Amino acid sequence: MGIGLTTLLLLAALAPLGFLAYRLGRGKALSAMAAGISMHSRPQQYGWYSVVWMGLPALGVAIAAGLLSLFGVISPARELVLIVSLAIALLGLAQGLRAIRPEVRARNALDGVIRWLLLSAALISIVTTVAIVLSILFEAMRFFREVSVWEFVTGTVWSPGDTFLEAAGRGDEVGENTSFFGSVPLFAGTFMVTAIAMATALPIGLLSAIFMSEYASHRQRGFAKPILEILAGIPTVVYGFFAAITVTPIIVDIAAFFGLDASYSNILSPGIVMGIMIIPFISSLSDDVINSIPQSLRQGAYALGTTKSETIQKVILPAALPGVISAFLLGVSRALGETMIVVMAAGVRPNLTWNPLEDMTTVTVSIVYSLTGDLAFDSPQTLSAFALGLVLFIVTLSLNLVSTYLVRRFKQKYD
Amino acid sequence: METELTNDTATEARQTMTQGVDNDNGPSQKERPEVRMRARDLNLWYGSTQALHDINLDMYSREVTALIGPSGCGKSTFLRCLNRMNDLIPEVRLEGRVELDDEDIYDHSVDVVQLRTHVGMVFQKPNPFPKSIYENIAYAPRLHGTGTSRAELDALVESSLKRAGLWNEVADRLDTPGTELSGGQQQRLCIARAIAVNPEVILMDEPASALDPLATATVEELIHELKDNYTIVIVTHNLQQAARVAGYTAFFHMGKIVEFSDTDTLFTNPTEQRTEDYITGRFG
Amino acid sequence: MSTTQSRLTGSANDPRIKARYRKEKRFKAYTIAALFTAFAIIVAFFTDIISQGYTAFWRAEVNVTLDYNERAERIGRFALAEDMRDIASRGAVRSIPLEIKNNPELAGTTRQTWVPAYSRIDQYLKGREELPPELARQVDAMVEAGTIRSSFNWAFFTSGDSKLPELAGIFSAAVGSVLVLFVTLVFAFPIGVMSAIYLEEFAPDNKLTQAIEVNINNLAAVPSIIFGLLGLAVFIGTFGVPRSSALVGGLTLGLMTLPIIIISTRAALRAVPDPIRLGAFAMGCSRWQVVRDHVLPLSLPGILTGTIIGLAQAMGETAPLIIVGMIAYIPDAPSSIFESATVLPAQVFTWASEPRKAFVEKTAAGIIVLLAILLTLNATAVFLRRKFERRW
Ligand SMILES: Nc1ncnc2c1ncn2[C@@H]1O[C@H](COP(=O)(O)OP(=O)(O)OP(=O)(O)O)[C@@H](O)[C@H]1O
Ligand SMILES: [Mg+2]
Repeated sequence: MGIGLTTLLLLAALAPLGFLAYRLGRGKALSAMAAGISMHSRPQQYGWYSVVWMGLPALGVAIAAGLLSLFGVISPARELVLIVSLAIALLGLAQGLRAIRPEVRARNALDGVIRWLLLSAALISIVTTVAIVLSILFEAMRFFREVSVWEFVTGTVWSPGDTFLEAAGRGDEVGENTSFFGSVPLFAGTFMVTAIAMATALPIGLLSAIFMSEYASHRQRGFAKPILEILAGIPTVVYGFFAAITVTPIIVDIAAFFGLDASYSNILSPGIVMGIMIIPFISSLSDDVINSIPQSLRQGAYALGTTKSETIQKVILPAALPGVISAFLLGVSRALGETMIVVMAAGVRPNLTWNPLEDMTTVTVSIVYSLTGDLAFDSPQTLSAFALGLVLFIVTLSLNLVSTYLVRRFKQKYD
Repeated sequence: METELTNDTATEARQTMTQGVDNDNGPSQKERPEVRMRARDLNLWYGSTQALHDINLDMYSREVTALIGPSGCGKSTFLRCLNRMNDLIPEVRLEGRVELDDEDIYDHSVDVVQLRTHVGMVFQKPNPFPKSIYENIAYAPRLHGTGTSRAELDALVESSLKRAGLWNEVADRLDTPGTELSGGQQQRLCIARAIAVNPEVILMDEPASALDPLATATVEELIHELKDNYTIVIVTHNLQQAARVAGYTAFFHMGKIVEFSDTDTLFTNPTEQRTEDYITGRFG
Repeated sequence: MSTTQSRLTGSANDPRIKARYRKEKRFKAYTIAALFTAFAIIVAFFTDIISQGYTAFWRAEVNVTLDYNERAERIGRFALAEDMRDIASRGAVRSIPLEIKNNPELAGTTRQTWVPAYSRIDQYLKGREELPPELARQVDAMVEAGTIRSSFNWAFFTSGDSKLPELAGIFSAAVGSVLVLFVTLVFAFPIGVMSAIYLEEFAPDNKLTQAIEVNINNLAAVPSIIFGLLGLAVFIGTFGVPRSSALVGGLTLGLMTLPIIIISTRAALRAVPDPIRLGAFAMGCSRWQVVRDHVLPLSLPGILTGTIIGLAQAMGETAPLIIVGMIAYIPDAPSSIFESATVLPAQVFTWASEPRKAFVEKTAAGIIVLLAILLTLNATAVFLRRKFERRW
């Protein structure tokens, strides 16, 4: 029996049992009440109470068995698990019915169960994070067993290529050392594209935010804000298409006009488009921050006879700086992890250069290309994706932590 | 139920109690009515700041007890102790006893939810549920199983609204939202809602302070009538109101009870200088 | 004013003041320019996408005589007259042998019908591609004669992916998207709402709660591709969920959507004023009854709004799905969440990497459909919020 079928059978058996338990539990409470005994809780609550007695231990056993076999501790036969769970369900049902007595606080018991259910749901997010960390760490470790950390961090050649030959069944034709995993060119590309993106997004986003919060009338603001938000709702694959099909040719043409030679997968185009994508993040976060600066600060500045722009530049922006920095860091974190735009518009050739008109590749592009196609799951190339992912995760996480810290500090100051 | 089982012991306890508390700060002039709720050596902290100090107070059955005192002196805090609404505030710590019919409501065996069906509460700002007038009142009886059939509920809604003096105004629009009534009507709806649970004690925290004088008069009249069936504890900033509706009044100051006696005595002949100062408007 | 050159107006001619006002004007102009740049980009963007894609909603069709002769029983192309073989789509006659096999009485008959034109013809008529002069003349003549027409491209919506641009459609990707979103919703909605209820209504303020909160906020900022790695390692690697299936895609996106749903649900719960909770507590509701009967009904519109926004985001997501293999070539719509599937944005991605020019139009059209759906979803969310927004 497959896991799916077992689960299905278990649930199919528990559903009618649950219904039965509800009816019996409620019935018992009702007849007690009809006999003039005053019960602590409502009949329905006794019904649910017996459902919990019936279902919870049984499900618990089934889930425990599932987890045990998943982690390879023991793997009991699925039929056995199914039968044991159902037996426990029946026992639970009997016990639950027996337990229904006037002084039993079914409602409180149910509240407790619900509270635990809710808590377990909330814990899933922690489990997710732990799973991210563990799974990526685990695969990355396997990678670092074959490739030294030193080479990964300092190497300037990224060429996992021979796996292609291996996949073609010609693995023995290549020597041991034909694949290189020096990640510097990838991070250089990521850095370059992020820098271009932020150079695009920061001025436009910040100045727009200043206009909306300081100069715009209420109506203008109500009009401009949602329009900028449109940019945040566009899928990244669409930006990728826009970058590759429209922006790149324009850049190549402009470069040619100035007598420069631009690659058709130059890094400038995805950088600019990524910047466009990040504009709404910068503008809405900065707008929030600027708006939360108390009016008294502005009035104080005006009272000294400063003009509006002087107030903004000398008083408001310095006060809002931590918030703006935090928005900037969030934007950077977005740019670092952005995948589709670079996959579609940037190059695949690792290239260490300062020229944004050349093609460069990025960390996320390498991750995608390492994991698409029919590669063995444990080839170094596949595993390299996890090593890159690990670095990406750590960096974006740190940026996010710093950013929330800055915002919290800022909020404390002005609340 | 438990209360039934412990009834005998409760009567005994009550007898010993009444002897024990004779020389506490209770009213001495009037003949002593039956005590419904009682606080004994109650201390309460919000985190590390103490909000109530050694509160001892008896609240008599079928009487209105008013709590007065300057803002921040702990009246609401004390009121919330009486139906354990303080449990909802994190960081609250409490020592001492609060008894309902001689049972300690802070005993670990007490079911808070059930306690609150015996001790209802009306808040300063009317807070009807955003449901119909009918549903506002029928909700709790249905929840607690005290009214199940439609006919039962109809009767209960009508009688609660009648007792709250609201029936004539809303009888023909029971399905309009409770939130669309006027402030005074909303407050009476909240009182009707509390009555529908059939509590023994009703706590009111400045129930008329958000109302205009006319609505206030209606609510006061209502409190006066309710007194025949319920034990009422009311917090008020309005000394005239306390004088009008309450049989007994306690004066709180800085988390302590300065003086407690029947209302006439407290207002005309206070024993404490601070009470005198407060009721003559010298502070507070 | 002008007659009384007072202390208040006189300095208007002071060069220093004038310079300051010039700076003021310049600064304001910068901010306006920034905003208008953003607007211009948006306009350019939409104009570009629409102008590239709208033509895909029409396609050229040719009127041909299908001759069910003996040779056509084996190779469909032979049912076409010779001069039509470069004009009608190869794909349109591919199924003729099967047709004859199923209906033997067709053999030997002829039939006149409209079939889709070959994509290069289609592109030529849309002015996007050149044809050899002779072929171009023939096509022009046929247009003149009315044997080539342009009609609405229903097939774009009703058929799946194809190697032939003139036959490719978004149907199987759309079905895949629906299946994936279904899994995402079933997974993330209950867990997200339950987590939010716990954190907002039940949780004591302790270390565990704080840990959960910090965690959720950080999870919301993890790059989506990392969720793809997680899905690959855990769902496919550990749990053995089939690769490329809507199930694995949905679960991966579910984990990604979870923090969005939690955060917006918490905001919706927080918007329910406390007096309502206190009133319910005071009449003897347990905590769960307060939530079930009072808080949830009032916050439901807000919760739904947040969920829709989360789903819209999941719907546009591509990177994590590529990692879990959802860029397979899927000509036929998947019929269960265990089958290989692709989604709309992934379809857009595969078309975008096609070298043939005819696919550019398809890509842009796919994007138009995707954007239209997302716009509808977001508009629904805004509408819900407006309609049910309460001012307490
Ligand atoms: N939730 C709380 N957390 C911390 N401190 C509180 C809280 N509620 C009240 N306090 C403090 O406890 C003291 C008593 O407050 P309480 O609300 O009981 O006063 P009150 O007599 O009802 O005042 P008012 O007449 O203004 O309603 C005050 O100092 C107040 O600051
Ligand atoms: Mg108060």
